[in-house]
Amino acid sequence: MNAPISSFASGPLVETSAARVSQSAPCGRLSLRARGDLAPFEAVLGLSLGGPIGARATAGETESIRLGPDEWMLHCPVEAVAGLEAALAPLYGSHPHSLVDVSGRETSFVIEGPRASELLTMGCPRDIETILPGSGRRTVFDGVTVILWRDAADRFRMDLWHSFAPHLLHLLETGSRELAAESL
Amino acid sequence: MLLIHCPYCNETLPEVEFAYAGEAHIARPVNPSEVSDADWEAFLFLRDNVKGPHYERWRHLHGCGRFFNAVRDTVSDKFLTTYEAGAPRPDLASLTERLK
Repeated sequence: MNAPISSFASGPLVETSAARVSQSAPCGRLSLRARGDLAPFEAVLGLSLGGPIGARATAGETESIRLGPDEWMLHCPVEAVAGLEAALAPLYGSHPHSLVDVSGRETSFVIEGPRASELLTMGCPRDIETILPGSGRRTVFDGVTVILWRDAADRFRMDLWHSFAPHLLHLLETGSRELAAESL
Repeated sequence: MLLIHCPYCNETLPEVEFAYAGEAHIARPVNPSEVSDADWEAFLFLRDNVKGPHYERWRHLHGCGRFFNAVRDTVSDKFLTTYEAGAPRPDLASLTERLK
């Protein structure tokens, strides 16, 4: 696993009256591809993988989001990755699937504040309000594929690849300063 | 900006999330080494370049990641329908009837 990026200072990266952006603590990320009968996977993970695209489920500290008809992203504590991999490995024979540790590939920004959803419209062409609190989507933000998790009406998490993080942070910073200036 | 309906996500989303992927319903020969050069050339390069309703592939690149098929009028740029990859070609008459 690659080391998480450390080029950002700790604490909030952007803080204005409109929105606050911070980097979330490193977590384990697993990409799961599977099709057909999902029940054995649900039994091992202890969470529901069904539902429409964008549906989320939580079991303990493990979280899943459905990204496509046969694709999920799992978030868990870093130390739980090996355990999950070992737990799903026996299913390979009877239920061929792909489980890849992508923890070293991505980081997450937490975007919160009264105008967080408005801030996201600066880079995201889709209607943010169609992503209901408690769900999420993979979408595009200023040309970069990101996974948006909407935890509350005014709180989002954005998963993105490390190399795009400084670029998107600049946009989020400019955007929230602009929104904050507007409300004066 | 075009709005495209993804049949997998069942949502109508901005074009920016999608990538065009050429003409649809072009089957790769099962055994390419048995195909004549002319047929192989046709498979690789010859496309209909339709003026009017065009069967084409799109991919929901920044989303579910799935390829799907669409019928788009190349003159008006209007989508007549989108449907899942592997589904049969929809009947053109019923699609154009709906527009009238």
